[in-house]
Amino acid sequence: MLRMESITKKFPGVMALKGVSFEVYPGEIHALMGENGAGKSTLIKILTGVYQRDGGNVLFDGKKVNFKTPLEAQEGGISTIYQEVSLIPNLTIAENVMLGREPKTKWGSIDWKKVYKEAEIILSSLGITVDVKKSVNEYSTAIQQMVSIARSVSMKAKLVIMDEPTSSLDDKEVEVLYKVMNQLKAQGIAIIFVSHRLEEIYKMCDKISVLRDGSYIGTWKTSELQQESLIARMIGKSEREVASLSDKREALDKSGESVLIQLEGVKQGNKVRNVHFSLHQGEILGLAGLLGSGRSEVAKIIAGIDGKEEGTLQIHGKEVNLYNTKQAIQKGVAILTENRKTEGIIPNMSVRENITLACLPKISKFSFISKRKQAKLVDQYIRRLGIKTPNPEQKIKNLSGGNQQKVLLARWLALNPDLLILDEPTRGIDIGAKAEIHSLMDELSANGLSLLIISSEFDELIQNTDRIIVLKDGVRVGELQGEERTQDNIMAVIANEGGIGEGKEATVTHG
Amino acid sequence: MKAAVQRMTSSIPIRFNASLIQQQGAFIALVLLIIYASLSYENFLTSQNIINVLKQNSMIGIVAVGMTFVILTKGIDLSVGSLIALGGVLSAYLTNVNMILALIIPIAITALLGMVNGLIISRGNLEPFIVTLAMMIGVRGIVFIITGEQSVIVTEGAEYFYYFLGNGLFLGVPFPVWLLLLIVGISWYVLKMTRFGRHTYAVGGSENASQLMGVKTKNIKVWVYVISGTLSGLAGIILAGRLGGVAQPVAGNMWELDAIAAVVIGGTLLAGGRGGVIGTFIGVMLLGIVLNVINLDGTLNSWWQPVIRGLFLLAIVIIQAKIMNTKKLKT
Repeated sequence: MLRMESITKKFPGVMALKGVSFEVYPGEIHALMGENGAGKSTLIKILTGVYQRDGGNVLFDGKKVNFKTPLEAQEGGISTIYQEVSLIPNLTIAENVMLGREPKTKWGSIDWKKVYKEAEIILSSLGITVDVKKSVNEYSTAIQQMVSIARSVSMKAKLVIMDEPTSSLDDKEVEVLYKVMNQLKAQGIAIIFVSHRLEEIYKMCDKISVLRDGSYIGTWKTSELQQESLIARMIGKSEREVASLSDKREALDKSGESVLIQLEGVKQGNKVRNVHFSLHQGEILGLAGLLGSGRSEVAKIIAGIDGKEEGTLQIHGKEVNLYNTKQAIQKGVAILTENRKTEGIIPNMSVRENITLACLPKISKFSFISKRKQAKLVDQYIRRLGIKTPNPEQKIKNLSGGNQQKVLLARWLALNPDLLILDEPTRGIDIGAKAEIHSLMDELSANGLSLLIISSEFDELIQNTDRIIVLKDGVRVGELQGEERTQDNIMAVIANEGGIGEGKEATVTHG
Repeated sequence: MKAAVQRMTSSIPIRFNASLIQQQGAFIALVLLIIYASLSYENFLTSQNIINVLKQNSMIGIVAVGMTFVILTKGIDLSVGSLIALGGVLSAYLTNVNMILALIIPIAITALLGMVNGLIISRGNLEPFIVTLAMMIGVRGIVFIITGEQSVIVTEGAEYFYYFLGNGLFLGVPFPVWLLLLIVGISWYVLKMTRFGRHTYAVGGSENASQLMGVKTKNIKVWVYVISGTLSGLAGIILAGRLGGVAQPVAGNMWELDAIAAVVIGGTLLAGGRGGVIGTFIGVMLLGIVLNVINLDGTLNSWWQPVIRGLFLLAIVIIQAKIMNTKKLKT
């Protein structure tokens, strides 16, 4: 259905694509894999008309095509579902589905009855039941994504490109997406699927194509490509080296260390209803739970972003009430939130400025920044965290996600905190950088820093923490230590509200 | 009947909760102000006073309707005040040539200047604030150059027609008030019931997404400035008419700010994508009645009027932000 032949694309100073060829057949889900910077997005953007290719051919549906704009591509039958949902938030679901092709009455005005009816038919054909008259922003990201998919399918898309569609969905929502994907597949629609989550690649995709440094490495059937060999091909290392990357952290029992953070009966609104746990010096504690379980909200309470209504928070054994992040920082608590782009980086500032933003008081006298101290600090962190940047003056927005995340880590580490909270520390980051951040977490905790990790990828928690607290609907429902930390156990705790962790505690006390 | 009503309401794409909440602030304030004014000042509820208030505010209302279109796309049009002056002055000059041309050409020219605004903003991807600021300054200068800073009086005999445009009664209601109501009605219909209208909201909601979904965002952005320019020129002619056919080069000075204030008070968000012309009408009336009440009172220094209007604008905006925040929390 789609054949891209030796596509090249040059950007000033870089060869982004060096003769990439790539084929997709009807009714297949085809994963496009590669590290950030491998050329995946460039390839997709060329396909969808965002960029123009410098060389090569694109054949779609047997015809040579050359889309100039995303709109042309869409009209030609190629639709793209982006990571950030691209609907219009203030319009209704129905309007979003029908935008640009609203049925009209004979007087030329919009026939609203028909708009709603057609939108409903389109959505229900994919098994999506929503109130089409409600505005889009009243629904979750997942539903919004389904709506975009429904829209593109109804526009006679033959090829749907999904660019990290699951990165902002929780497990239940992902299931719905899978169902829709299978439905598209059954209709003979081809899907190009881009994701960093290997698990879902292996679950959903028929074939995998790998790009590395702008070159095409190859295409394999999913069933014939082991995970290790896939990663090896993506990062260009041997399989043995890869195997060492995904080592599970051996859980350390830090309960003997002094207690750094102690939460008791913490409540805030209906997101956090009853949470208690303690966090020890040098411990890596994971907070697991589905989206909406209150995991981020708990972190925000500890970091002083949000207040709590009930319960106590102790830091270093002293009860504290935090009203802002500045107080939390003074008490040694720093947070790296889940929204790197909006709550983390200052895009137009340099790497140097981004690193030292939070610790300026430390390196300045009477509000004058000591350039010497700043440069020293920045150099130190760039080296220590392995931040890949041409120089410290590079604007942070030009760095890859993984390197941006490292800069943010540096920003908070420069404050020498006792506790660093990392909310989704590796979301949207490629495998190499992910492994680096994970080993960094290890190293930091070995040096006595406590870490609180939140992740929607249970595997990430299991492999990188000492202990996991499980939350459900704002309530602590379990705790998993050592070998108990498995995906099944986390799911079981969530499903049974305390089957394993808390249940055990209960049986002990009863017995 | 009931079923019919239900069908009606369910087929109209107003999200009642959202848009009403935004407009409610202004609407409730308007009702309270009217109650207060009618209890405190016996002259307030006379038909003479009501007609006066409507008449005095009809021109700013016409301009504010155009501004609503622009703000819905997340834009702003600062040039409306200067275009009012240009429209009035050109119209007065052209009465020497031909009465019909005196009505058509000024509006065509202000529409064209609106199109220039829109083209520069959309094709050049420039900030509406700066582009229309430049237009505002430049056009005002041109008006002063062509008039030599003097008022322009319509040719003899035309003043009666112009007086009618600005003051004349039709079925007991002044002509400009009819015009405003007509324009509000048409605009409401266009915004709610036509593709162009919905796409105006779409552009304000998310320009990127709209573009990806096939909305001709650049064209939409051009047309809203054309609408704003057209209505400004029209308001300029009516304003000249209200003074009995005298067009002043300083006409419309600062009107852009009053128009923006009325639009915002009426619940249209500067962030784009939400609001509408009914709210703008309420906003215009609200500001107009504040002025009216101060005049009726007669004891206040008239310079209190801008102070009160300013405070009023601030209060409304704060209330709106509060409402928006609580709404966000809920979803």
